Order: sequence, then C-alpha cells, then structure tokens
Amino acid sequence: MKQSSDPMSSKKPFRVFRGLPQLSMLVLILIINVINSPSFFNVTIQDGRLFGSIIDVFYRGVPVAILALGMTPVIATGGIDLSVGAVIAIAGAVTASLAQTDLAGWQIISLVLMTGLACGLWNGLLVAWLGIQPFVATLILMVSGRGMAQMITEGKILTFTNPAVDFISRSAFLTVPTAIIIMLAVLLMGWVLLRGTALGMFVEATGINRVASTNVGVKTGAVLTTVYMWCGFCAAIAGLIITSDIRGADANNAGLWLEMDAILAVVIGGTSLLGGRFSLGFSLLGALIIQAMNTGILVSGFKPELNYIVKALVVLAVLCAQSPALRIFMAKLGQKRRAAS
Amino acid sequence: MKLLKMCLVVVSLVVLMAVSNVAFSADKLVVGFSQIGAESGWRSAETKVTYQEADKRGVELKFSDAQQKQENQIKAIRAFVAQEVDAIFLAPVVETGWTTVLKEAKEAGIPVFLLDRLIEDKDVDLYTSAIVSDQVLEGRLAAEWLAEATGGKANIVELQGTVGASVTNNRKKGFEEVVAQHPDMKIIHSQSGDFTRSKGKEVMESFIKAENGGKNITAMYAHNDDMAIGAIQAIKEAGLIPGKDILVVSIDGVPDIFKAMADGEANATVELTPNMAGPALDALIKFKADGVAPPKVIQTETKVYLPDTAQAEYDRRKELY
Amino acid sequence: MALYDANALLVVRGLSKEFPGVKALTDVDFTLRSGEVHALLGENGAGKSTLIKCISGVYKRDGGAVFLDGQLISPASVEEAQRLRIGVVYQEVNLLPNRSVAENLFLGRQPIRFGLVDVKTMRHKAREILRRYNLEIDVSENLDRFSVAVQQIIAIARAVDLSAKVLILDEPTASLDRHEVAMVFDVMRVLRDKGIGIIFITHFLDQVYEVTDRITVLRNGYLVGERKTAELPRIELVSMMLGRELDDKAQRVKTQLDQFGGEPVVRFQSLGKRGVVSPFSFEVRGGEILGVAGLLGAGRTETAKTIFGITPADFGEVVASGRKVSVKSPVDAVKLDFGYCPEDRKVEGIIGDLSIRENIILALQAKKGWLKPITKGEQEKLADYYIDKLKIRPADREKPIQLLSGGNQQKALLARWLATNPRFLILDEPTRGIDVGAHAEIIKLIEELCGEGLALLVISSELEEIVSYATRVSVMRDRKHIRELTGSEVTVGHIMKAIASDAKEGEHETVV
Repeated sequence: MKQSSDPMSSKKPFRVFRGLPQLSMLVLILIINVINSPSFFNVTIQDGRLFGSIIDVFYRGVPVAILALGMTPVIATGGIDLSVGAVIAIAGAVTASLAQTDLAGWQIISLVLMTGLACGLWNGLLVAWLGIQPFVATLILMVSGRGMAQMITEGKILTFTNPAVDFISRSAFLTVPTAIIIMLAVLLMGWVLLRGTALGMFVEATGINRVASTNVGVKTGAVLTTVYMWCGFCAAIAGLIITSDIRGADANNAGLWLEMDAILAVVIGGTSLLGGRFSLGFSLLGALIIQAMNTGILVSGFKPELNYIVKALVVLAVLCAQSPALRIFMAKLGQKRRAAS
Repeated sequence: MKLLKMCLVVVSLVVLMAVSNVAFSADKLVVGFSQIGAESGWRSAETKVTYQEADKRGVELKFSDAQQKQENQIKAIRAFVAQEVDAIFLAPVVETGWTTVLKEAKEAGIPVFLLDRLIEDKDVDLYTSAIVSDQVLEGRLAAEWLAEATGGKANIVELQGTVGASVTNNRKKGFEEVVAQHPDMKIIHSQSGDFTRSKGKEVMESFIKAENGGKNITAMYAHNDDMAIGAIQAIKEAGLIPGKDILVVSIDGVPDIFKAMADGEANATVELTPNMAGPALDALIKFKADGVAPPKVIQTETKVYLPDTAQAEYDRRKELY
Repeated sequence: MALYDANALLVVRGLSKEFPGVKALTDVDFTLRSGEVHALLGENGAGKSTLIKCISGVYKRDGGAVFLDGQLISPASVEEAQRLRIGVVYQEVNLLPNRSVAENLFLGRQPIRFGLVDVKTMRHKAREILRRYNLEIDVSENLDRFSVAVQQIIAIARAVDLSAKVLILDEPTASLDRHEVAMVFDVMRVLRDKGIGIIFITHFLDQVYEVTDRITVLRNGYLVGERKTAELPRIELVSMMLGRELDDKAQRVKTQLDQFGGEPVVRFQSLGKRGVVSPFSFEVRGGEILGVAGLLGAGRTETAKTIFGITPADFGEVVASGRKVSVKSPVDAVKLDFGYCPEDRKVEGIIGDLSIRENIILALQAKKGWLKPITKGEQEKLADYYIDKLKIRPADREKPIQLLSGGNQQKALLARWLATNPRFLILDEPTRGIDVGAHAEIIKLIEELCGEGLALLVISSELEEIVSYATRVSVMRDRKHIRELTGSEVTVGHIMKAIASDAKEGEHETVV
C-alpha cells in the first residue's frame, strides 16, 4: 500500500498547523477592521464592563458561538440541527413568560434549560430511534417551534424586567461581560462532556461509520440522542442570552437564521458535514470569524447591500483555504520546491 | 287561560323580534375582511381596530384569517361573494395572482377595498379603492421633526429596515430628501437592523463605538420602533442618555415606543396607523348612501407623536397591540 | 457446444473482460436456448455478474463475440440491450417504491393522451399484464405496499413486457421465503414455456435443481463447463464450483480433538432468526476452533450476525459459561466477552478516519462505557502493545486506519477485540482480500489464539484453510446448518459432500 502512505507523509507538515487557516483568517479580518476603523481595538470600561468594538466581537458572537458549540458534535455524527433558531425563540418565549411570574431566577433558568433539553430529546428520538434523516427530523421543530413560541407570546414582543434574567447580559465578572463568561463555561462543559469522557470518540466513530460503531458495542442511538440534547441545551442558553439582551422575547425574529450562522461556524471550524473529526475550539473560532466580519462591516460604513457579498467572499476564502484539494496542491507545490532546492 | 295568554305574549314577542331582526339586518352593511394573519403586533392591532371601527358605524364584519396563505384569502373572497356581502376588505399577502378571484367579485358587483398593501398594476381596475399609508411621507416627517429639534444641525445614524424591502427604501428616501435640504445635517452611518430589536441594538452599539463612544452622534433615526427600542438600550449601556445625548426618532407608533417617550428616552415617532378600515368604511358608506365613487387611493393620516401625549397614547394603545 | 444449435438464442463465444489489475473473464463460452431456464453458477469472483453485465450492455467486452438469434450484437447501454430484447432483473428491485405499480410497469413509456399520461389506459394495460402472472392486485397502489416477491414479479413483468426474448434474473430469490420463491418459480416456468430464455443466478443449490434445465459453472473468470441439470449430480456440481476433485483420502493434519473437557465457553441451542438463518445448535469450547463452511449465500455471515446480536435471534437460547444469557444487541455480546470481526471490513469493521490507536481501543472503551474513558497514556500503551505483537505496519498508531493495507486493517480489528480480553471470537472471512504474507500471519495468529485458550468460530470460503485449523466444521447450505463434521471427518471432501447432499434428507429439520 505504498501509494496510500505518500499523501499522508505530504500531509504531515499540515498536521502541525491544524487550525492555521481559521486563525490567520481571524487575524486578517481584525487587521482589516482596524484599518477601516482605527478605534477598533480601543477598550474602555463602562459601568464596570469592558467596552469597545473588539469586545463586541466576543460579546455579540456569544449566541452563534454557543450554538456552534452545540451544533459541533451533532454535525460530527453526520447530522444537522436546523431547529436551533426555533429553540431560541421557544426558550426566549418561556424566559419572558416566566420572568413575569414570581419564580426565582434559578428556577426560571433551569426551566428554560429543561425546555431546551426537551427540544433536543425530541430531535434525538426522531433521528436515533425512528431513523428519520436529521435534516428532515429537525426541520419539523424548525417550522413548528417558532409557531409554539408565538403561541406562548401571543404574537407580541413580550417585555419584562427581572433582575435574574437581566443579570445574564447586564453584569460582568472582573469587567468581562457575563455572557462571554457563559460562553467560556459552555465551552468547558462541552469539553468535559465530550473530551473528558469517551463520548467524543463515540461521536466521531458514529459519524464516520455508524454500522461499525454499533458492531463494536457503541450505543449509537444513545450517542445521537445525547448530542441532540446537548445541542438543544446550548440553543436554550443562547435563547436566554438573546432574550436577556433586549429584555424581551421576539418570537418572530429571535434566532431567525442563526442556525445557518452556527452551521457555517462549525464548517469554518473544520468539521465536515459528512461527520467525523470535530473540534469545539475551532468551531468557536469559526463563530468569532463570522462575528468579527459582522462587527467590522457595521463599523466600516459599507452599504448594507454589500454586507452579504463581503460575508460570502470571506466564507468562500476560509473554506477554500481548508479544502483538501488545495492542501494536496500546496503539498505538491512544497515537494516540487524541495526537490528543486 | 292564563297560560294561553302567556303563550300568546311569548309568540308575539318572538315574531316581533324576528321581524325587527330582519328589518335591522336588511339595512345593516355587511363587510367581509380577509386579513393576512397575525404575524406582527401591528397586524393584530389592525384587526382589532377594524372590528372597533365597524362596530362604531354599525357595520357587520365577517372576518377571515388567512394565516399568510394566498389560497386561504382566495377561498375567503369566494365565500364572501357567495354570501353577497356589501363590500370586501382585503389585506393582500402577495401582489400577484388576484385577477380571477377579483373579477368574480367585480361581476357580483361587490366593491373591494385594499388595506395597507397594493396589488400588481394590471389588476388596478379590479378593486375600488386602496387605503395605504405614505411611507415616503413618514420618512420626511421624521426628518422634518429632527431638523426642527436640532436647528438643522445634526450627525445622524440611521437604522434601516430589511435590505431591499419597499418600506425600507421609501422611509429612507423620504428622510434623505429632507436631510439634503439642510447642509449641516449629515447621515454619518446607515446600516440594516432587520426591523428587529436585537439587531437594532447590535448595530447601534457598533455605531457608538465607531463614533468616539457615541459622542459624535446627535441623533438616531430608525425605520421602525422596535429597532429604536433596541438602540435605546445600546445607548444606555454605553453610558449615554437616550433622548438627550442622542435624540431618538422612529416610525410605526407601537406602544413600547410611547412608553419610552413617556420615560424621556425617545423623542418622536411617526405613526403608521393601524386604522386602515376607518377610511375604507367611510368611503363605503358614502358610496352606498350617495353613490359617490371613492377615490382610487386613500392616504391614511400620517402624524408625528411627541412625548407630551405619550402616556395617554400608551394607555390607549396597549390594549390594541 | 453447438453454435448451430437449432434452439440457440443467445450465444457467447470467447468472451474476455479485463479490469485494471484483474482479468474478470477469460475466453468464456455460454449458450442460452429458447425455452430453458439456465443456471449460471460460481463462487465469489467467478465472473457471473461480469458476464451478465457484458451481455446486458453495462460493460463493453474486451474480446469475443455475442450472438442473439445468430446476429452479432454489442449493446453499448442497458437501453440498447432492452431494445435488443434482453432484460435484467436484479436482487434489489430496481423500481421506484413510491410510485404506483402501473407507473412502474410503464416507466419511461407511459401511454400519452393529449400530452398527459393516460392513467386510465395505463392502469388497464397494467392489470392485463399482471393477470398473465396470476397477479390480481390494485395497480394504482404504490409499489412498496407489496411484498418483495410481488415486487420481483412486477420487475420481471416489466422486463418481459419490454423485451420478451432473453430474461436475466440476478439472485431474484435471495430475500424471499419459500412460498414467495414458489411464486417466482411459477412465473419463470410460464415464461419458459412461452419460449423465453432465462438466465438464473442463485446461491441456493436446491433452487437450481428445482427449476433449471441446464447449468453453466464459472470459476475465477473461466468456464468450467455446461451440463444438463438432470444429469449433473450435486457433488459434482459442488466440485465444479469449488474447483477440487473429491478426495476422501486427503488426510487431516490436525489430529488433536475431543480433548476439551469441561464447560463449553458458549453453547447455542436452536438459535435462529426467521427468514435469515434456520435454528442451529452447537457449542464452542476454549482452545477450540469451530469452522463454518458453505457456499456463498449459504447463511454463514447471517449465523455470525445472529450470534453477535446484530440481527438478534427470534428463538433459541445462548448459554455462556454455563449461564443462560440473551444477546439482543452487540452491546450485550460485548458484555459477554464476545468479539466479532466482520467479513466486510471496510463497511462494518473499521472506522476509517480514526487512528489505529482509536480503532484498537474502541471496543474496550465501548465495553467500559463512556463515563470511564481510557486515558491517552493507556490508549497509547495498548495500541503500541498490539501494533508490536501483531506486527501492524506501518507502526504509527496515529495513522488513520483507512490508509492501512487490508491485512493490517484485519490485524488492527483483531487487536481491537483482543484488547477487550474476549472469551469467544467470531472471525468472518479473516483472510479475504489479504495479501499472501499477511495471510500466513493471520492464520498463525488464529492458531496462537486458539492455543491461548480462546474459543473461536471462523467462517471461511477457503476449505483447505478451514480444514487446517478447525477442530470441527459446521457445514451450511441454503441458510441451514446441515452437518457438523468432527474428528477425521474434517476434510475438504467431506465438506463438499455435505454441501452437495440432497436437501430432502434434512427437510424435516426445517422450522423456518
């Protein structure tokens, strides 16, 4: 099997730089941003919280980043969860309606998180036990979920004032906005859940070859259900943050199209939609790239009509940079150069 | 004997009621209203106001909710034609595909009033009258108020609606027309906030950061109130006082913006009235009574609301939305 | 073989076909007469499907000639073959499950009226066609509402309606039960009597003797011979297929047997699954290798999958270490210290993108559960230990397993189970598709494992190989374990005889 070992050895130098395309793209975007708007990296402290465009990249990136953390293992199993935007709307509606009662903050938050877990369980059962294709299975909740949220809010934007919910977006820990802390906590939880246990490997094995994984005794059905629940859980957290941010639940618009940004973040992070290897950290990086772009465009003063085009071009560049075809091409180029010298 | 008498009274009462009912319903106008759905607070308010306005004028309203589907609206119109209503109010969900069904209504001699939205030009003969708001005027009024409030000197940031939507284009156009007349008024940033609170907040945050912590911004103009409400939060979180450090003007007139005005956090809103049915009903009644043909286009009243009446307006509206 | 046979319908002469690196067919002759059912038989890699595909226009032949009614033909596509009146029906019905029966029958040639499909005429014609096959069904129903047998018949009806001369049936009965097989056979007989020539591919010897008139056997791409079914004894057919003369005198090398006292590691009592494998009973002791032999499609892999809970048994019981247990899934099997290396390594065995290390520890990790992760250090130690012990090459534990050769993948899969410290290991075709060097290594490994006291069940098509290491051999035919050979009976000859033995002898055993 000589020919199979060849591409491997040529890939080797790239192993060291896994994540290089993502990291360099983020740096590049930030550089462009600072050229466009010299104050981009200015950070001051406002009401005890860090304040500045660069902080916005993190702060505004939180919902998509958390969704991407939830979506990553789902995509690693070869699945997809289209319903996260709708789950955000449901979580928001639940948050807003509970925030008007006298329930304690921890009670509200745990009920909202349980709602997210229940949504994930529903998706997981459809995918794992009924064998419905993930795209279709989660489409059901994507379509109906927003309707449910609208039923809860009765079509209005439910506003509220609740100190516990406000805390999520208003407060800071050592000047770092709480939402960013929450994002890091979710990253840590995800890491412990997936990499601190053997679940991560089971997820990858299931995504690469479900039949073979079942044959060695991996409970692939339980693995799938777990990752969809994790994804629902993350979506509920994102919903809490978005709702807390505007102190209102907008069932029509909360989380609309965010599933696409989350999927994009995961893909930019290098996880294949066909399933397999995943990295939570790179997905987070992918979410930051998207938000650095969004914030940069807002600050830049481009016409809004151009935003989508700019965004598409950047995404194209990132995906090209990590495409296998380009890697092989680069590797060959490198070999030639080495041969020449 | 007593029993017989009682029976007689009851029977005559029933007959009397039946007769009076027939007589009553004979001269009472019946209007069929095919509404798009309840996709926004404004839409629900429009429905409620239509009921109220019909009640006020003693008109019977037959209501049909299409749940954003054209086929439901077509079905509803056919049903109204079959019931021989006196007029049909239609808030069309899309612009095209109405020719056949509106012809049926026309052949049945039933006038059709379009509420809030228009349909494609080739069907212009198939409806009697369209009641619309003037979105360009809305933008213009917002700018005129701002010009007056700032003495024609302002650095403005603009939160646009969804890119490409006709409302966005019209409200932008009207606003820019007036700004162009004042050399010292400048739109220094303009981005889309997608008509939502959260995007409005995010976009405003970035404007504030791009403009020296917001110190260079005189005023914020938003294409709808929801974005303005999000932006107000962003202004507050940046340590500035909305309504004072940065003036806030927006369009629509939803209850929450009146509340913000009452709290001093917003300065003006241009109302897009949910009362599309009132003018339509007036035109219909006139038409039925005197045979005066209604004008093809009826512009609804466009009015600027200021903080002085905000609390009262809020109390009046919060039930509607 | 007469090219001028009066009844000759389809005549193939000197056909050759080569794929990169493989000669699939070499100088093959084949003659199909009208009004006969002609079995095309051979083991894996014999060239049956290549021959079919050359005839039906899927492949272009490299050499030789094909005549239809005396005319030289070279169909370049399936459609062209259809126009020449050669139709093929495959094992997996190649129709549209969610369209109506009538639509399927007339797919691509629907009667048109006023520019639209004339549904009424189409249904009427469909009913007429199916009546010829004694099939009275609602043709407006979707195809998938009917059993596989009915779908097969509809596929046959479609093929016949398209081209009524040569009909090729590629394993149409593989997934049918006995009653359904009878239905399909009735249809075949009707067509034969009409003068159609039918080529019938199957793995069921009983079916060959039940329905065919003539047999052509291929082996390794060569023609072995053509015989009349009635004149060919079973044993001779098996011998033709396997390419060995029957030699009862061949002495068994392995002589140690019946020295395994004590409890068997695992015992199966009338274990079976309806429609998959008839109930079987046997036991495997520690230090013993039970071989499973049989022709392709005899139910060997099905036996393994039933034992391992992949297709859990409907009836019967399993006794492991003296305890009655139930195996409803691989999870159960792994808990009982069973292991299973599947035949199709790529699809059912390896996790391609994962490293050798992860592939090796996966079964052990699954056994321990997800909450008790094996540390990276332990993983590396385990992987290195087995890479060293089994000589897995390249000896890079972080290399994705899919980049390994077949033999090294097989070793890694063995390592995966050895790491779980198993008591009973099932190896399905452990040496298939493996180069010569690794082949010998794996055989040696199997014997070593046996020597270490492991109970092994090994499925193999290589009869010599099985005979060389198995203590006992269970012979399968037509989804049944028909004989268990022990002691001096474990010879290639006995296995062949058992495969060829007449079904009627053992008919009463059948429960399915």
